[in-house]
Amino acid sequence: MANPIQELIAKRAAKEVADGQIINLGIGIPTLVAKYVENDNVHFHTENGMLGVVGVDEEDIDPNVVNAGKMPVGEAIGSSFFNSAESFGMIRGGHVDVAILGVLQVDEQARIANWAVPGKNIIGVGGAMDLLIGAQKVIVTMTHTSKDGKSKILKNCTYPITSTRSVDTIITEMAVFNYVDGQLHLVELMPEVTLQQVEASTEASFVNALK
Amino acid sequence: MKIYESVEQALSCVESGQTIMVGGFGLVGGPLTLIDALVELDVNDLTIISNNLGEKGKGLGKLLEQKKVKKAIGSYFTGNRDVGEAFQRGELEIDLLPQGTLAESIRAGGAGIGGYYTKTSVGTDLAKGKETKVINGEEYVFEEALKADVAIIRAHKADRLGNLVYYKTARNFNPIMATAAKTVVVEVDEIVEAGELSSDEIITPHLFIDRMIVAQKILTKEGVVEHG
Repeated sequence: MANPIQELIAKRAAKEVADGQIINLGIGIPTLVAKYVENDNVHFHTENGMLGVVGVDEEDIDPNVVNAGKMPVGEAIGSSFFNSAESFGMIRGGHVDVAILGVLQVDEQARIANWAVPGKNIIGVGGAMDLLIGAQKVIVTMTHTSKDGKSKILKNCTYPITSTRSVDTIITEMAVFNYVDGQLHLVELMPEVTLQQVEASTEASFVNALK
Repeated sequence: MKIYESVEQALSCVESGQTIMVGGFGLVGGPLTLIDALVELDVNDLTIISNNLGEKGKGLGKLLEQKKVKKAIGSYFTGNRDVGEAFQRGELEIDLLPQGTLAESIRAGGAGIGGYYTKTSVGTDLAKGKETKVINGEEYVFEEALKADVAIIRAHKADRLGNLVYYKTARNFNPIMATAAKTVVVEVDEIVEAGELSSDEIITPHLFIDRMIVAQKILTKEGVVEHG
């Protein structure tokens, strides 16, 4: 289940959501973002074929209404269903404003790896590559380091990349980075985190753009 | 279009070596009755086009366990460990496609399009060996359309002509697979008289459908149960 670090990251990511946007949430931390979005005029899209995703109470679960993580979801007023080709047409066609995705690694050019680990039987890509290509803005939510303390924000990804497209914003439990003019910019420290801690935990070089 | 009482007879069109499309996103929208019957058939060397290949020992996973699958074309096989292991042993070919490419290739196959260019997967391992083309300054990768000998799909309701409507997110790959196979076999929760479905609400017109059965398995909150 979700831990406090994941909740912290999700809560911060929710602040990036703007009025009227169409948002696609990936599996993991991104799924937690929805509950922190207070604006009712934000519409969640899920690539298995639904616009207008909301949370659902246990007693109201319909096993045939699920998100891309195959978890039960609810139907907003004005929600709609569509087939997989139409759903990915929406994504590739640029009709989704923001994709919030989980990742395994990010590199210095803000390119992400989130679909394969060499030598392991992870042979699933799902909708990740389509979202990277099509979403107007891509935000990644991730823990800053791996379980053994190694940086996941690297000079170069050691796992295969998901797209040559750079993501726009990286949100971790330590900091927020924006990718601007070909460089990662540190724009925010999370509460009680110091610049020195971020530097020590980040392999990739970045511009200090803290105000 | 013919309505079958017997699930086995509805699948009499399936032969060894064929390519079979299977609708559904996991269990949601999967043709659960037809999948179970497919598993019982004495056929092998199948190519299965489906988003995933069931779970370990469940649904399409059973077909893999019985070594009846030669090749799997889909987007997400991580949920069934047997897939990776069969692939490592060289017993299974895999064609991994981004989910949007899988869907669009099926759509194209059903619409008489030979292939198309997409930006998805450009510059990644999944584009290796594929033709690329620069269009208006942006790089695209060529993807071939997908077609099948047989598609097995699920819909919610059908009328006696074979017009179909779907239920919520159980729609997913079903309407596009209905267009892309020589023989399309659908299982439905309920068959009604022609005219009882409004012409405006029909998602799949009957010209795509060849064979139909009433579902004997249905997905509930408690899991898959016998229906009817």
